[in-house]
Amino acid sequence: MATELGPTPATKPASGGTPVHHAPKGVGEDNQILSQGKWASWLLAPTIIALGIVIVYPIISAIIMSFQKDAGLDPATGLFTEGGPAGIQNYVNWLGQQCAAPGGGTVACPPGTLGGQFWNATGTTFLFTAVTVLFETILGFWMAMIMARTFKGRSIVRAAVLVPWAIPTAVTAQLWLFMFDFNGIINKLFNVSILWTGSEWPAKWAVIIADTWKTTPFMALLILAGLQMIPAEVYEAAKVDGATAWQRFRMITLPLVKPALMVAILFRTLDALRMFDLPYILTGGANNTTTLSILVINQIRQGFNAAAALSTITFIIIFLVAFIFVRFLGANVVEQSGASGKGKK
Amino acid sequence: MTTSTASTELRARQDAGRKTAQNREKWAQARTYISAAVILVWCLAPAYWMVVTAFREVGFTYDTSVLPTHVTMDNFTTAFDTSFGNRFGQALLNSIFIGIVVTAVSLLIGVFAAYALARLNFRFKFLVLGFILGASMFPGVALITPLFQLFTNIGWMGTYQALIVPSISFVLPLTVYTLTSFFREMPWELEESARVDGCTQGQAFRKVIMPLAAPAIFTTAILAFISSWNEFLIASQLSSDATQPVTVAIANFAGAQPNQIPYTAIMAAGTIVTIPLVILVLVFQRKIVAGLTAGAVK
Repeated sequence: MATELGPTPATKPASGGTPVHHAPKGVGEDNQILSQGKWASWLLAPTIIALGIVIVYPIISAIIMSFQKDAGLDPATGLFTEGGPAGIQNYVNWLGQQCAAPGGGTVACPPGTLGGQFWNATGTTFLFTAVTVLFETILGFWMAMIMARTFKGRSIVRAAVLVPWAIPTAVTAQLWLFMFDFNGIINKLFNVSILWTGSEWPAKWAVIIADTWKTTPFMALLILAGLQMIPAEVYEAAKVDGATAWQRFRMITLPLVKPALMVAILFRTLDALRMFDLPYILTGGANNTTTLSILVINQIRQGFNAAAALSTITFIIIFLVAFIFVRFLGANVVEQSGASGKGKK
Repeated sequence: MTTSTASTELRARQDAGRKTAQNREKWAQARTYISAAVILVWCLAPAYWMVVTAFREVGFTYDTSVLPTHVTMDNFTTAFDTSFGNRFGQALLNSIFIGIVVTAVSLLIGVFAAYALARLNFRFKFLVLGFILGASMFPGVALITPLFQLFTNIGWMGTYQALIVPSISFVLPLTVYTLTSFFREMPWELEESARVDGCTQGQAFRKVIMPLAAPAIFTTAILAFISSWNEFLIASQLSSDATQPVTVAIANFAGAQPNQIPYTAIMAAGTIVTIPLVILVLVFQRKIVAGLTAGAVK
């Protein structure tokens, strides 16, 4: 990831204890870096090897698989199709929503098949991501601003905020499924009779509301950490100078909290793009709530290689979004995570 | 005469000004409390509804009175009942076992990496940090397909190791970067003093730093355990009836009638799964605060 693209690379503190980058390097310092480098590689080796086995290896084999044909009975013809190299056919099929035709070649996938759901699933995934992250940012910012104030019972609010975060998503999904039931509390409370999981938009809203409830606390806590790094004197000075509350928010809070906010938004965006548990349990992906992750899971049992191509596409989409965030929106994840809490001494 | 009216006028205006300021202050306080109450209700009401429903008789599943009514413990018995094919008790043990193994392995490996990233200067440091952060944001579905095929081929489907190994892919990065930011805030001068007194870097790490790092490691362990405990995607595909964790058991919870979701029993199961977690989180919250203030005092 691009690490030097932060807003203020010039003021970056030297990482670690010894200020190697400031003074002209002497021979002794060079040796020190060398021995520290040796130490570091020993200490990092287990982690790198472990991640290599559980992440890099599967990724590479997924990419290799994605260029293979799926062997097995062709559902359309009932004939056995051989495996073997497929080139980019799997990708072409997903992106063009093409399915294997009975006489060889491809035709547009009939509605209802997995192959015909790619762009719908992509749209749904992005819709969920955009709407939930927007809601979570606004709500989370508001919650953080409240929690940053001093008032009696503040610690209770801060503890309560952790409750939705601590409940496993599978439980959250069942809980909201129950509350969204036709006879459930939500219909009763708002005096409506909506079959929440029965048609497209109510189902989508059900997922969005449940996800917002579950993940806003994470956002609020990250923003709160950012808010608490702003010194109170800055606000005092602005007050003395006659800045209104809105001016203080716009000219002080927002710019100073921006690095933490951008990282929070990036984390939530990447998390929302891979959303699976909630729609899978809440709606089962019905009524156009199938996300890309659900589509991959549904495809696995119908053909590994096509599923591998789809999961690679999903991975590339998420990677691109992360890249755009880091490159163009100045979300400096590496430094922010390094400098979280207080500034280093 | 004129001067005295002027001064009374001035005082009146000052009084008025002070009163408006006080009123504004009071109003701001009131708004803070109203907002805090809204946050409390928004965060706690659904969780409260889960607990209330967990204690309600099955026949009154859809009762919408806010206070507990028709209180019973039956749902908790039903949650552990295996006659409809649910294995909630077994799933609880599975989740605890998987969580402990994943947490222990991740900490054992990750603590060294975090030390190197927080303390040592070396080339490619930002690259390594970036790789680890990227790994933690990695989509689970990108791993599941090849693993599904691999585990099918080597006969690992439905085994514990098939659930533990993929979990390390997201718990280990989380462990490393949480520990790294904790380690950066520790009083490392002590390490240097130990080295001046003749310890090697390894001894300084073992004898001085490890005891100091214990709270940080404990907090990280809780975070790691929670993220393993909450995992659903991988477990839903790679576990069997015998090894499934609680998340899968709760998602697939079956009732006596196939078309009726046994909500009260599910809410009871959800309550059992959630309460220890909420308690853990409150403990962990205090640890974090303690860790931060200890760093600020130095």
